[in-house]
Amino acid sequence: MAESSYRFESVAAVRESLRKVDYLSDEGIAGIVYLADRLGKPILVEGPAGTGKTQLAKSVAEMAGARLIRLQCYEGLDESKALFEWNYKKQLLRIQAERGDGKTWENIEEDIFSEDFLLTRPLLEAISADDPVVLLIDEVDRVEVETEALLLEILSDYQVSIPELGTIEAKQIPLVFLTSNNTRELSEALKRRCLFLHIDYPELEREKEIVLTKVPDITESLADQVARIVRSIRQLELKKSPSVSETLDWARTLILLGIESVDVETAKSTINILLKYQSDIAKAVRELDQENGTITKAAAGK
Amino acid sequence: MSDVVAAEAAAGHAITELLSGFIQELRQAGLPVSLTENLDAMEAVKHIPLEDREAFKYALAATLVKNNAHWRAFETVFEVYFSLRGARYRIGDVDEDDLAKLLEELEQQEQQADGPRTGSGAGENMTPEEIAEMLYKALQRGDDALMRAVARQAVRRFAGMEPGRPVGGTYYLYRTLRNLDLDGVLDKLMQQARQDSPEPLTPLEERLEQDEFEHRIDQLKKEIESEIRRALVADRGVEAMAKTLRKPLPEDVDFMHASREEMASLRKAIYPLTRKLAVRLARKRRHGRKGPLDFRSTVRHSLSYGGVPAEPKFKYPRPSKPEIFVIADISGSVAAFARFTLHLVYAISNQFSKVRSFVFIDGLDEVTRLFEGVEDIADAVHRVNTEADVVWVDGHSDYGHAFEVFWSKFGKEVGPKTTVLILGDARNNYHASQCWVLKEIEKRARHLYWLNPEPKSYWDTGDSIVGEYANHCDGVYECRNLRQLEKFVDLLA
Repeated sequence: MAESSYRFESVAAVRESLRKVDYLSDEGIAGIVYLADRLGKPILVEGPAGTGKTQLAKSVAEMAGARLIRLQCYEGLDESKALFEWNYKKQLLRIQAERGDGKTWENIEEDIFSEDFLLTRPLLEAISADDPVVLLIDEVDRVEVETEALLLEILSDYQVSIPELGTIEAKQIPLVFLTSNNTRELSEALKRRCLFLHIDYPELEREKEIVLTKVPDITESLADQVARIVRSIRQLELKKSPSVSETLDWARTLILLGIESVDVETAKSTINILLKYQSDIAKAVRELDQENGTITKAAAGK
Repeated sequence: MSDVVAAEAAAGHAITELLSGFIQELRQAGLPVSLTENLDAMEAVKHIPLEDREAFKYALAATLVKNNAHWRAFETVFEVYFSLRGARYRIGDVDEDDLAKLLEELEQQEQQADGPRTGSGAGENMTPEEIAEMLYKALQRGDDALMRAVARQAVRRFAGMEPGRPVGGTYYLYRTLRNLDLDGVLDKLMQQARQDSPEPLTPLEERLEQDEFEHRIDQLKKEIESEIRRALVADRGVEAMAKTLRKPLPEDVDFMHASREEMASLRKAIYPLTRKLAVRLARKRRHGRKGPLDFRSTVRHSLSYGGVPAEPKFKYPRPSKPEIFVIADISGSVAAFARFTLHLVYAISNQFSKVRSFVFIDGLDEVTRLFEGVEDIADAVHRVNTEADVVWVDGHSDYGHAFEVFWSKFGKEVGPKTTVLILGDARNNYHASQCWVLKEIEKRARHLYWLNPEPKSYWDTGDSIVGEYANHCDGVYECRNLRQLEKFVDLLA
């Protein structure tokens, strides 16, 4: 591949352009996006729900000026939904139209299995696109292990084999993102073909910055408070820790309510935006209620 | 010209050598690294400036580590492996110069602040008081570089490392931390925070301040740990240290000897594990293979073919859901194991028709009620430890008596659908074994399994009588870590 065909200059450049499209990355994220471009490999993004895995793909597409093609995975996804399908209605019409033209069966067969009769699905579309694309295969852990195999050819060789047509190779290597919520172990074969990126809940500083960029009109001090409270809540053993998107929702709510600084009462009354399980909410409220949280916590730590 | 090419080729070769050594090391630590991943890593480092240590690390991690739980193990191997070798291959290390400069600056600030004084040289050998002061400042400001400097000084001053002394890193860590008195520093910091704020802190604010400081102290501990590691490697060499410093993967951590930190990582690992297990089991049930020929149904369907059995029909297996009785020893040494097993069993309890649990030390108590209608299993498991009434005489394990109590109170409820699990190390403190109870249970129950958290080589040594009990069990399994436990539970459901 020629030097000029790389999309990104350097890790720092990736980070900078991601920031321009309002995605705050860290060293690891930017580094791996850069590597994926250089090595021509897909990225498998894993992590808790709501930490910006899908958003990363969207932002990279925006920053590279590429079209985003998205394949949402679900149980029961199959070839005809992911790769391609023959447009059999059109094929039937063609056969009927040509009847009596004196054409032999061989001619017709050759005709109806041509690209005109092919319905492209996301994977094939990404491969055959002329313009730059970013392919997002969302929640890949939802498909069965057997269906995963569908992806392997495209991920390692960037090609799709259609029995009637032959192999379609990619005109350009797209950037591919796979996301997974880790509900099951993905197969070795799939993992081997990808670069692995784990996105965890952000550090305090980064979360604060995210709040500042994504929530207009928020004051620095409120953003700081929000980020710190969320971090404290995440330290509890919860069923589902608040995600970044929930942090943002919470910050927006506080703004709407016209609150400038959070105290225990406001935190308690709005906590159902951060937490979605009744038992989690109860736990957090109990924790907030403790008049002297410091002492009990220090004692527990020993 | 050709010299340059040759030199570059040699450098490339050296990097290849270096990486293969590293991958060897990763495999020894239990990380699965395939050949393709190996090749990817080699390709990846070509695109990364070697001077950038962080980028280098991420590049290797992205290509070699495909499971987040393995990250810590990877990080440790990375640090140990490259801590000395790095420099030779121009891979950046923590910058010594920067640190020295920083220390000097600090020194100057100090001197300007409270006049000239006969200070020691820039951070060569500081007194404990100076270190304590610096520590306080570092934590208050949350300054990373300063924190690293403190860690270095503290290790130099307090760890008492002597060349060649065959002591593990934990010992030095303990010594260093004891001298730093971090709890005291935390109190001081909190007091300062209270004084600094114009109005009295609300409980919420206080809580947030404390979390912030605790977070910084955790960071400091990590710095100290890696500092000790560096010093150890420098002293004894990479090969000797690689083995002792290796961090086990969470699924390989021994239940009985887990440190507090490892326990935390285990607790974190168990939730995704149960979720995965539940999904897998549900799938297994749904995609069950076809059973034997269903003669009745085949004949009935043959009527539409004029009596020819053209379409054979099969019985679909309806795997019966077993009823589970868990009887767990929760005395000190094996408590952690019992907790994890109870957690796992209850997390997949929809795979069983009924789960009942009993815990004992020398007395026995049923704790099923604690799990009923509870959303938070971890909480229920915690309550088991505090609320169950399990002490009869002295609070030392007495398997014999516990079994007797079980049999007299609940023996009748064991039926042909019941699978009984006994958890414990069978260390009976030389009490009577009361084997006959297990014999009776075996007769009545569908299966009787024993899970032992001790390594197999310890069985039947000392006061362990697992062999005697094993005569009456359908199987005795060694369950020392999550991996083994998961395997067993999979077999059970």
